[in-house]
Amino acid sequence: MNKIKNIKWKNYINYIVIGLLTVVFAALSMFGGLKTSTAYLLEEIAIKIILAVSLSLVVGFLGELSLGHAGFMCVGAYLGGKVAALLVAPLGNGFLTLIISLLVGGACAGLCGFLIGLPALRLRGDYLAITTLAFGEIVRTIFQNTSAETFGGPIGLPTPRFEAKYFYVICFATVLITLFVVQNLIRSKHGRAIKAIRDNEIAARATGINITGYKLLGFVLSAVFAGIAGVLYSYTKFNVSSQIFDYNYSIEILVIVVLGGMGNINGSMIAAVLVTFLNRYLANVLTGNLAVLKDLIYALVLIVIVIYNNAPKLKSFREKYNIKALTDKLKRKKATEADGKEEV
Amino acid sequence: MADNVTRETVLKTDHLCIQFGGLKAVNDVNLEIKQGELYGLIGPNGAGKTTVFNILTGVYKPTSGRVYLCGEDITGKTPIEVNKKGIARTFQNIRLFGNLTVLENVMVGLANQIPCSVFESVFRLPRHKKSEREAKERAMELLRVFGLAEFADYLASNLPYGKQRKLEIARAMATAPKLLLLDEPAAGMNPNETQELMDDITFIRERFGITILLIEHDMRLVSGICEKLTVLNFGTELAVGDTAEVLNDAEVIKAYIGE
Repeated sequence: MNKIKNIKWKNYINYIVIGLLTVVFAALSMFGGLKTSTAYLLEEIAIKIILAVSLSLVVGFLGELSLGHAGFMCVGAYLGGKVAALLVAPLGNGFLTLIISLLVGGACAGLCGFLIGLPALRLRGDYLAITTLAFGEIVRTIFQNTSAETFGGPIGLPTPRFEAKYFYVICFATVLITLFVVQNLIRSKHGRAIKAIRDNEIAARATGINITGYKLLGFVLSAVFAGIAGVLYSYTKFNVSSQIFDYNYSIEILVIVVLGGMGNINGSMIAAVLVTFLNRYLANVLTGNLAVLKDLIYALVLIVIVIYNNAPKLKSFREKYNIKALTDKLKRKKATEADGKEEV
Repeated sequence: MADNVTRETVLKTDHLCIQFGGLKAVNDVNLEIKQGELYGLIGPNGAGKTTVFNILTGVYKPTSGRVYLCGEDITGKTPIEVNKKGIARTFQNIRLFGNLTVLENVMVGLANQIPCSVFESVFRLPRHKKSEREAKERAMELLRVFGLAEFADYLASNLPYGKQRKLEIARAMATAPKLLLLDEPAAGMNPNETQELMDDITFIRERFGITILLIEHDMRLVSGICEKLTVLNFGTELAVGDTAEVLNDAEVIKAYIGE
């Protein structure tokens, strides 16, 4: 039997790491040590982290499968980006415009989440996966077929890129806000209820937990942050094109969550960083027609992880070589060494 | 018992019937359980005992008939509402929240009694801390009652079988029920564990003054602690009455072990 230890400082480690990294990078760029391409990469990483953490709320903690996270991001990117484009003239391209568009983008995505979740989450089974899959494709197609004046249609929506070159600092600040909300929710009685529903829905119902309410809460919150990530994305580009918010993008975020370990926020964050780097690397290596292989590699990664995590034959291997077992072994070794010295 | 007349009726079912297609799974069941009673629902496999539980807790809607809890009609309410009205249950096959700790399992049960909104939790307002502390204290108290306090920080799925059963009862008790439904609590237990369970059931009845309705196959447990019994066979009531009387009833013996 393994005791679950609850160490206080561990709860804050991800805030600390993100905060420190932001300060270091900000200092670097202040003294001109940061390349523009690195700044772009940081923005991309921050957005991926927000997407991964928010999807982790649905897939990892709620135990529901959502295959349309890119759809919510798309809603945020288009509506938030549009609001930003409209507000730039009267309010200027500053914080006020950014905050208003973040709120609008997040709220619109959340509303979409609510409208989809309300019927789909009342049913048991894989209905949410089917509905979100359809939603992602529909949203993308709708924006693609709008007129040039409204949302740009096939050529994409022109959006204002944030004027400051420290935009990644804002992105990381948003990561902190996302972490704050999601982690505080998870580490409260509401988070316990959400995890209880995941573990055993029938028992949760018999214990008086409002199943639909909590499922909706988790799903809508996840959609809100996906929308916010979308607005940030629109700010990193001069032009938002609906093509990138396709099914493969949703799957990419799902791969990040699965790679990081279901219900493990820190794991998702690390995986988000790794996948973004992998993306960069693959984009350089796989040029031209080979680019399609990228999705194949994600599929392979997903299959390997699922097999590794679930195959009964690998169980002893997993138990022997996981990080916790290795650190325990190290501790024991140290302890026996200390004992040995005392005896001498 | 002399005070039987004055005791309040906690659960009453009135001509309860449920039909699945052509099958009458439960047919005209009339239960009447008084405050503080330990009532047994027995019968051969497939007699409809768990179906009765599922009707009482709102999982199924009865085809006809009504369910009253302390005089209030609760027929057709959802499981969540039924729990809030005051019926808690355990399951035949243990249903714990396996990836939560033992303490957290009980704290989930306390959720409806200690109010704290999502907003207060996310922004860590004072009421969040207060409610968390209170929930933790009350959960620990319950765990102590059930002898599970030392396992508070273990994952529920890592507990041994007998303790998992106890934890399920503790979680049900956390919802502060008026009536506790136990679905085969002794299933899969060895005689020692069953004896321990019998002691626990009588203990919690006295300690919390609660009314208990249980389904059981273990005759030692039934004859040992139940005061009254209803025997079901093919969905209908075969016998109702005091335990000793019912267990000596010729019809009951016939249904259980044949002629």
